[in-house]
Amino acid sequence: MPIFIDRRLNPKDKSLGNRQRFLRRAREELKRSIRDHVRAGRIAEIDREHAVPMPRKDTSEPTFGDDKQSGRRQHILPGNRTFSSGDLIPKPGGGGGYASAPGTTESEDDFRFVLSREEVLDLFFEDLELPDLVKLNLKQISSFKPRRAGFTASGAPTNINVGRTMRNSHGRRIALRRPKQAELDAIARQIAELEAKPAGPAARERIAPLREALDRLERRRKRIAYVDPVDIRFNRFDPQPVPNANAVMFCLMDVSGSMGEREKDLAKRFFVLLHLFLTRRYERTDIVFIRHTHEAKEVDEHAFFYHTESGGTVVSTALEEMHRIIEQRYPVAEWNIYAAQASDGDNFATDSERCIELLDRKLMRLCQYFAYVEIIDERESHIFGSTENGTSLWRAYNAVDGKWPNFQMRRIAAPADIYPVFRQLFARQPDLRKSA
Amino acid sequence: MVSQARKSELLFSGSDWNFAKLSRVYDEIEALGREELGLDIYPVQMEVISSEQMLDAYSSVGMPLMYRHWSFGKRFLYDELLYRKGARGLAYELVINSNPCIVYLMEENTMALQALVTAHAALGHNHFFKNNHLFRQWTDAGGILSYLDFAKSYIARCEERHGLAAVEAILDSAHALMEQGVFRYRRPPKLTSEQQREGLRERLEYEERSYNDLWRTLPPSLESGNTETSSGGEAERKKSLNLPEENLLYFLEKNSLVLEPWQREVIRIVRIIAQYFYPQRQTQVMNEGCATFVHYTLMNTLFDRGRLSEGAMLEILRSHSNVIFQPAYDDPRFSGINPYALGLDMMQDIQRISTAPTAEDRDWFPDIAGRGGWRDTLLDAWANHRDESFIRQYLSPTLIRKWRLFVLADGADEPHYEVASIHNERGYGKIRSALAQSYDVGASRPDIQVVDVDLLGDRHLRLQHTVKDRIMLEGESRDATLRHIRNLWGYDVSLAAIDGGTGATLSERSTKQL
Repeated sequence: MPIFIDRRLNPKDKSLGNRQRFLRRAREELKRSIRDHVRAGRIAEIDREHAVPMPRKDTSEPTFGDDKQSGRRQHILPGNRTFSSGDLIPKPGGGGGYASAPGTTESEDDFRFVLSREEVLDLFFEDLELPDLVKLNLKQISSFKPRRAGFTASGAPTNINVGRTMRNSHGRRIALRRPKQAELDAIARQIAELEAKPAGPAARERIAPLREALDRLERRRKRIAYVDPVDIRFNRFDPQPVPNANAVMFCLMDVSGSMGEREKDLAKRFFVLLHLFLTRRYERTDIVFIRHTHEAKEVDEHAFFYHTESGGTVVSTALEEMHRIIEQRYPVAEWNIYAAQASDGDNFATDSERCIELLDRKLMRLCQYFAYVEIIDERESHIFGSTENGTSLWRAYNAVDGKWPNFQMRRIAAPADIYPVFRQLFARQPDLRKSA
Repeated sequence: MVSQARKSELLFSGSDWNFAKLSRVYDEIEALGREELGLDIYPVQMEVISSEQMLDAYSSVGMPLMYRHWSFGKRFLYDELLYRKGARGLAYELVINSNPCIVYLMEENTMALQALVTAHAALGHNHFFKNNHLFRQWTDAGGILSYLDFAKSYIARCEERHGLAAVEAILDSAHALMEQGVFRYRRPPKLTSEQQREGLRERLEYEERSYNDLWRTLPPSLESGNTETSSGGEAERKKSLNLPEENLLYFLEKNSLVLEPWQREVIRIVRIIAQYFYPQRQTQVMNEGCATFVHYTLMNTLFDRGRLSEGAMLEILRSHSNVIFQPAYDDPRFSGINPYALGLDMMQDIQRISTAPTAEDRDWFPDIAGRGGWRDTLLDAWANHRDESFIRQYLSPTLIRKWRLFVLADGADEPHYEVASIHNERGYGKIRSALAQSYDVGASRPDIQVVDVDLLGDRHLRLQHTVKDRIMLEGESRDATLRHIRNLWGYDVSLAAIDGGTGATLSERSTKQL
């Protein structure tokens, strides 16, 4: 009869640790292949599993092995039908070498494996972050979190630390020589044995001191408590200030008639990326979607990405809407406020002035960071390049850019630009952090 | 009525298994194995696992416990992909050379397959592990599981203390030398018991804690001064280091000047695991052959006695013939000689020679032909042979003809292969010895040894590769491996290729050149 053990209910992912180690080792290569994939134009698709080619750099396992191209060797093969000894067989590949090397190397080349959605996003958004997320909070600490800080002799009963208390009690019992139950039992048993025998004066003489001893021990046991109030220890908690990392991201998008299908598509892709990034990296980040034509409206995620609308373009309405929402729902003292705006740069003739004023007077004081992304025509990209001139909005924003260090603007002309621009806007900036 | 009676004798019916059936079948098969074949086995522990767990076990070289390393993760991805694609099925079972012998059964198997697996692994492999001299002398079945448990937790502790990167670097280097990390001729010491290991480790930690740099500055005592001057000679030096040494990992563990104590322990763990698997690599054909022969014989006996239904037997035979499938060399499915097929055929051939020999058999195997004692012959072969010697001893002309084996000579600088021998009178002996040679693990892996190092001088470690048949080492991986050795040794390392026949130096590669 063998021993049977049913292991089916045991945890399955025993090799998860190995997988994580492997992914960490191949990190750079995996990151590159995911980014190449995304640059090729399917941004919404990064939010799911991905098959990636097996990384080759850093994951080889060298050993001393024979060179297949040298020396003399013998192969023993089954299934001879036509050969007799002395036959010469031309080697495949025109007399080069032994060509039928085991296919491990080739199969490793086209080997692809699947990364889960979480792994993909982790790799993809690595070393990106919202700039200066903690700056505000350091100034205004508003909440506290209890943190373990050793033990204390007084506290609430719910915080009793049983382990520590029992350790103290044990030490005290040893130090004060509290009689053990076993000792009492032993004496009681002796007495019982003696009493069971026919009583005689000798037995009685022996029982008497035993009873006395038993009595003494019992009294001592009663005097020395098992757990004494001096033993009791409580977990101590220190209130620890937590920087509250409340952040809200305003997504502003121009959906007016001047934005063609292509422009809208690029802007949407940019926001999809931003949306994914925020939901992935920050647990508690509010996202507010505002889209505008000649009037601005706060919409939900689905409407923002999928509904179409047309009309004129008045950019300032979106900024006003944003300001109104901040006033209403996001007090600056408690929230880090970020904004990303995408537009084709067209604006109602005199409105750009108003935009500058709004940003300058109100919004930039409230915002931690404001990113402006302009969608331009591919043909324009090399005309404008990095020059100062451009659309009316671009020129207007240029003035803001010079004045406020936390204002950034970039141009996107093709799907391939989206990710690089996104990285430029949200790359981790160590020196900036330090100066803050 | 007759069929009713027969049915009640069946060991099981239907394809679902449960523990009661498994237990009944095991008891029956074990009794049969002892009585029919004279098997002698370790107690058995059967563990039922799911296919995911089987994949997990695959990636950690088939062991139930293993330390963590990225290369196992990589292997897991390969295995998983092949399995998902359907390119490869999972094994029905996995068996571990331990005492008690652990047999993994897959949950998805039907009852017929579980019976087959029981005979194959719990009886066949188990008997082989317990009786083969290589396993008896070189591995410690009782100690391996607790050793792996220790290895896993020790490496996890090292990762905590010294960081993942540091541990990974040592493991990478040690894994590169796994093949060169076994004693091929000297018998390794038994695994020490847990208490001893614990004691050793405590001593190491104590030494680390109480290390005092002052001791180093003491003037050398008279005696040590004497030995230093007298050990100038090269021969003396080699003798004191026990050179030449074939076990590179052992040498590095004991003599490297740059390794911390914990790094030496990690190398030791890798070395011991490599040593544990060394007998398995030398007895693939025999081990699988033994298990296949046992399951085939026992299942047929059960069927003949009316204990298995025809349906179950058909299923068993189908799996059996899949396992022993051997395509010819020009078949697209050909991927070398199938050890299951070769092993089973040779063992059945021994049975045939013992009971119904031809004149040729009497000529080739006078001591067993027609004597009828095939059980004893097989038990003796299982106990005392490894693949190389087993083939050299028992591969018969009949089998060479059946397999139509031929030898292809392959010189790298010639445009042709030459058919050296075929299955004819002149070829039998040559094919037999060539096939045996190809299973000699010691001879078929590169022979690399530490030959010299001047610890008091530049500490340049000199390795020597004895080249056989002018087969050189593959350049790229050789350089990468040398780099790993340099990491472990801390100083320059060079590898000289010496022709085994003439003793001429063919090439020399040093880490200085890399």
